[in-house]
Amino acid sequence: MTAEPVEQPTTKTRYDAETLASLTTDATAIMARYPDPRSGLLPMLHLVQSVDGYVSRDGILFCAEMLGITAAEVSAVATFYTQYKRHPNGTYTVGVCTNTLCAVMGGDAIFDELSEHLGVGHDETTPDGAITLERVECNAACDYAPVVMVNWEFFDNQTPESATALADKLILGEDVVPTRGAASVCSFKQMSRVLAGFPDGRADEGVGAGAPTLAGLQIARERGWTAPEASAAGDADGAAGQTSPPVGTPGSSAERKPATASDASVGKDKKPGEDAK
Amino acid sequence: MTLTPVLTDTWDKDRSWRLATYERAGGYGGLKKALRMEPAEIVQAVKDSGLRGRGGAGFPTGMKWGFLPPPDGGPRYLVVNADESEPGTCKDIPLMLASPQHLIEGVAITSFAIGCDHAFIYVRGEVLHVYRRLLSAVEEAYRAGYLGKNIQGSGFDLDVTVHAGAGAYICGEETALLDSLEGLRGQPRLKPPFPAVAGLYARPTVVNNVESIASVPAIVANGADWFASMGTEKSQGHGLFSLSGHVTRPGQYEAPLGITLRELLDLSGGIRAGHELKFWTPGGSSTPIFTQEHLDTPLDYESVGAAGSMLGTRALQIFDETVCVVRAVSRWTDFYAHESCGKCTPCREGTYWLKQVLHRIEAGEGAEGDLELLLDLCDNILGKAFCALGDGAVSPITSSIEHFRDEYQAHIDGHGCPFDPSASALFPYTPKTRTPGALTGAGAGGH
Repeated sequence: MTAEPVEQPTTKTRYDAETLASLTTDATAIMARYPDPRSGLLPMLHLVQSVDGYVSRDGILFCAEMLGITAAEVSAVATFYTQYKRHPNGTYTVGVCTNTLCAVMGGDAIFDELSEHLGVGHDETTPDGAITLERVECNAACDYAPVVMVNWEFFDNQTPESATALADKLILGEDVVPTRGAASVCSFKQMSRVLAGFPDGRADEGVGAGAPTLAGLQIARERGWTAPEASAAGDADGAAGQTSPPVGTPGSSAERKPATASDASVGKDKKPGEDAK
Repeated sequence: MTLTPVLTDTWDKDRSWRLATYERAGGYGGLKKALRMEPAEIVQAVKDSGLRGRGGAGFPTGMKWGFLPPPDGGPRYLVVNADESEPGTCKDIPLMLASPQHLIEGVAITSFAIGCDHAFIYVRGEVLHVYRRLLSAVEEAYRAGYLGKNIQGSGFDLDVTVHAGAGAYICGEETALLDSLEGLRGQPRLKPPFPAVAGLYARPTVVNNVESIASVPAIVANGADWFASMGTEKSQGHGLFSLSGHVTRPGQYEAPLGITLRELLDLSGGIRAGHELKFWTPGGSSTPIFTQEHLDTPLDYESVGAAGSMLGTRALQIFDETVCVVRAVSRWTDFYAHESCGKCTPCREGTYWLKQVLHRIEAGEGAEGDLELLLDLCDNILGKAFCALGDGAVSPITSSIEHFRDEYQAHIDGHGCPFDPSASALFPYTPKTRTPGALTGAGAGGH
């Protein structure tokens, strides 16, 4: 057993007084959001990245001191999650989705083109510090494939040409506009501050949805399709339904009439599950 | 079968994400009604509605709430799983971008029903604007008195914290999510105890998917019978079906459970012009793949299960005949190897070796017996891993070998891939010669 550590009156971090004071204020606010301050560690690591541009040695020490845990415990968490960078990140993370669906739809070609164009590979940063290129995993925008993320804002339906043009603008320091997101992409540090839970007041910028998000709704509008009327269920008075409806009540699939050509022409000799091996 | 816009119904409105837009469409009517009900009545209504978890597992939502032990005076928590990361799954993110209030109202009702006064929304960190919208939605709801102290004069208090993750698929597993929310590495916990008994901070906790919770307000407002009037006998209600890949109009289609892929393809303009369906996932990459044979399988929990797969998250990834199944499966396997949390040996080591074998088959360096080796590896993971990630990792491999064994064999016999990858892309291009290590990023980074 080692001796109890002596209480350190000062920090082991090398932040200047002003930075440390501001970090401390923010970290205190983060910890106050949770019943247990330790829950604040993930946002605090985002906070550290908003100052240092990556999870620095000082950032790890800072989190450890705030939470009263060891630097090793903080490192264990920081190294588990891919968004925490162990080296100074570029101003922009350009992430090309190369999970299966985006990859086959063109994501592989986009990544290869960008990699050649920028002269960097996965998780490498251009010499000017503008762009860190990454292969990213599925980002829940498959209906917009192939997808590129810039500082985790959506650039939908990309091509090698659109992606290299995007990268060129970023290198020149010009604003770029996500397909679905804020009116322009903020820096990696600014993004990290939002992810730490400090809003930047930009939530109302940009669209609510792109065309694929509305694809089904648009068809429903054109054809006058709606969900069943609430009153038809006869349960609008607050007495929650006591029974489940039996099979075959109106609206159940058992009772549905053929609605499309395929209903009437194909597969009507099959029962659910008949395709099972 | 017609589409049934419920969750999607406000998405085309101007500034659809704002509270005022949501209220004009009847939003928060469910909460106002719920606050006049007994909490137990709400739980019963959700049980009666037949709502099952929309995050993939399909466990009855009301029953999950019912598992909480009786109140003991200590805290109880609701944690919303907004860590949508399953490959192909793209429903919760657009929901929260377009209509976050739908989720917030569901959080308020559910919290009231289960006796929770502090709820958490754990959203993946890789969707910046969605996080902005959620933070803003919570702020608006506080200002309007839908969150905070003495909500709508009912005496019910609720705080909501929106928490951003930091990039780890495994945090979609509910106990890994709880560890992550506690500030730890996101690794699954041994169950039991289940979260209902010992969840967040070892207190009784309900963990539900975004779409499940967002479905609650309409169930309360319109009644359980209304919800159950949609769908099939055992798979009730509406759900978001996410079509992606080689379809003419990919996107979100909100329909009663039990709709078929053939019907959805009719609505979405079919497979892209000049091509035909080869294989598809019914519910994300972790669900065994389907083929043309399954076009008429009703997309409900029972029928998809009986046909050998899982409804999962209704993430319908569509691949036409230009796609090499070995390439597709190899890439998914990279994903599982990358995202394996490392806690248990079968998954950590198994996914690593699966990746090696698939890479060499894909590169034309496969050996006789590699398919048996793959299947043997799968057998050593399936059912033997700590959580469902391992099971998910083997699904695409075993199902694709079952349906397309000849295609695997052709890679081995022909010492290479017979497909032109550019034929699958949405734009013409000349594939570059990959340098050794060009693939290293796929599945090599992170943990």
